[in-house]
Amino acid sequence: MRLRLVLSEAAQGLRRNVSMVISVILVTFISLTFVGTAMLLQMQISEMKGYWYDRAQVAVYMCTDVDTGGNCDSAEASAEQIDAVEAQLESPSLAPYIQRYEFETHEQAFANFQEQFSDSPLAAFTTADMLNESFRVNMVDPDQAEILIDNLQNFAGVQDVQDQRGYLDQIFSVLNSASYTAIGLAALMLVAAVLLIATTIRLSAFSRRRELGIMRLVGASNRFIQTPFILEGVFAALIGSVLAGASIVAIVHFFITGYLRTTLGATTTLVGMDEAIIVVPVLVVLGALLAAVSAGAAISRYLKV
Amino acid sequence: MIRFDAVTKSYAGNSRPALNSVSLEILKGEFVFLVGASGSGKSSFLRLVLKEEKPSKGQIHVLGHQLNTLPSRKVPYFRRNLGVVFQDFRLLPQKTVFDNVAFTLQVIGKSRGFIQEAVPDTLKMVGLSGKSGRFPHELSGGEQQRVAIARAIVNKPAIMLADEPTGNLDPATSAGIMGLLERINLGGTTVIMATHDVGIVDQMQRRVIELISGQVVRDEREGGYQTQSIPLPILPPFGNTGQFRLPGATS
Ligand SMILES: Nc1ncnc2c1ncn2[C@@H]1O[C@H](COP(=O)(O)OP(=O)(O)O)[C@@H](O)[C@H]1O
Ligand SMILES: [Mg+2]
Repeated sequence: MRLRLVLSEAAQGLRRNVSMVISVILVTFISLTFVGTAMLLQMQISEMKGYWYDRAQVAVYMCTDVDTGGNCDSAEASAEQIDAVEAQLESPSLAPYIQRYEFETHEQAFANFQEQFSDSPLAAFTTADMLNESFRVNMVDPDQAEILIDNLQNFAGVQDVQDQRGYLDQIFSVLNSASYTAIGLAALMLVAAVLLIATTIRLSAFSRRRELGIMRLVGASNRFIQTPFILEGVFAALIGSVLAGASIVAIVHFFITGYLRTTLGATTTLVGMDEAIIVVPVLVVLGALLAAVSAGAAISRYLKV
Repeated sequence: MIRFDAVTKSYAGNSRPALNSVSLEILKGEFVFLVGASGSGKSSFLRLVLKEEKPSKGQIHVLGHQLNTLPSRKVPYFRRNLGVVFQDFRLLPQKTVFDNVAFTLQVIGKSRGFIQEAVPDTLKMVGLSGKSGRFPHELSGGEQQRVAIARAIVNKPAIMLADEPTGNLDPATSAGIMGLLERINLGGTTVIMATHDVGIVDQMQRRVIELISGQVVRDEREGGYQTQSIPLPILPPFGNTGQFRLPGATS
């Protein structure tokens, strides 16, 4: 009896306020889609970090006869110098930190270069001996690359010791700022959504102030007075969040899995439905919760005694 | 049942208090007229009893509750023991007579079975048996006030507050309403009615509490609108909160 009354009051409120309810739906829809996208982007970043950091190596570049930087003096690193570096890698002071390492000759470097830059005119002008020979070292813990750099960069015949994660960090910082932008926009729009929900509920309460006055007079409990309004806000916001959830699933399905994966091939890992399944419930709960809180706050003014 | 201890009520932005150090007690089953000119504080008194307003000073006890310390979440349950009617009826225009009365019971969670029994009984008691399907705009003023009274008493309150319930009605209709209130009072409900209808007060001969500028100047059992025993003194000008008291007024 009571539940039916509460529900019918909420339904009346929704009907009386159709245009406001539609705008609440749209604003929650858009803002939560932003929230969802930002979440996917963060997940993508951490997934890529995991993937690439595992593969990132520390490269110990040996001098070529055109190098002058580092410890180079326009002379190709000698076999003794190369052996000395290798001996150091095997020595007890470095070996415990190193998972494995391999030596890349001019020819191997050239082959990799040709493969990577096959489309570029640069490939035509590059010869094998212009490319550094190098040791490619996989660290046990990639965070300890510093030890290797400190240890080897003053060795004779070493041009440079580089942690490849440095390049990755640049990429990640770009991706991170993109995701922070999305989060910022999402936050702004959530604020708009919350204010709009509060305004809608206040309007709805205003249009029912006669009933509210009588309810208070005859002793309807605060919860009874509040609930239809909260349901009204939550219902509108839930529609918006379900739409946002659907659009997140659509983004993953059509854009990420459908477009990016086929375009990028297997070169990187991408977020997929597994992540969408986490994001969607978060959006729905977030939408309902925000609506309940802002509607509750909006109506509380009518409950003061 | 109702006790005011030195209650003062000042509204923000109004230097003259609406009620000034009012102390009085109303017992169970009494019928009390609250009389006084417009602005003398009658409505403020009733709103304080309902805990729609808080007193600025003093203490109010109603039905065993000390209102100052009654937590706001308990106020709705407290109000279920009070019925209220106003000069302007305050019916819900889109609800029928039956639904207007039933609404009270619905919102406090009474069962459908109870509502189906209680509402027709109450409508019969106020003399509206045949009109339960009408809308407020299809009723006369007197009938609308009867609906409002039915709504106030359908939950069998211990106290009924009526703020100028006959203010919009002609004398004949008013007499009907007074008969109804008298019957409600006979049923054991304490009735407090604010009015400045001289004829009604004189005719009923009930307890009369007179307010002037927020002060009780007379509290008389079986009184008329103007005191019979002593001629009324010249009223002090507004703003004068001078301590004049009439003989017979409670302190
Ligand atoms: N909500 C309010 N805010 C400010 N002043 C008020 C308010 N209600 C009443 N008053 C003032 O309090 C005094 C008493 O008013 P009221 O209790 O309505 O008297 P009555 O019902 O006897 O006409 C008046 O001076 C009125 O202007
Ligand atoms: Mg008044």
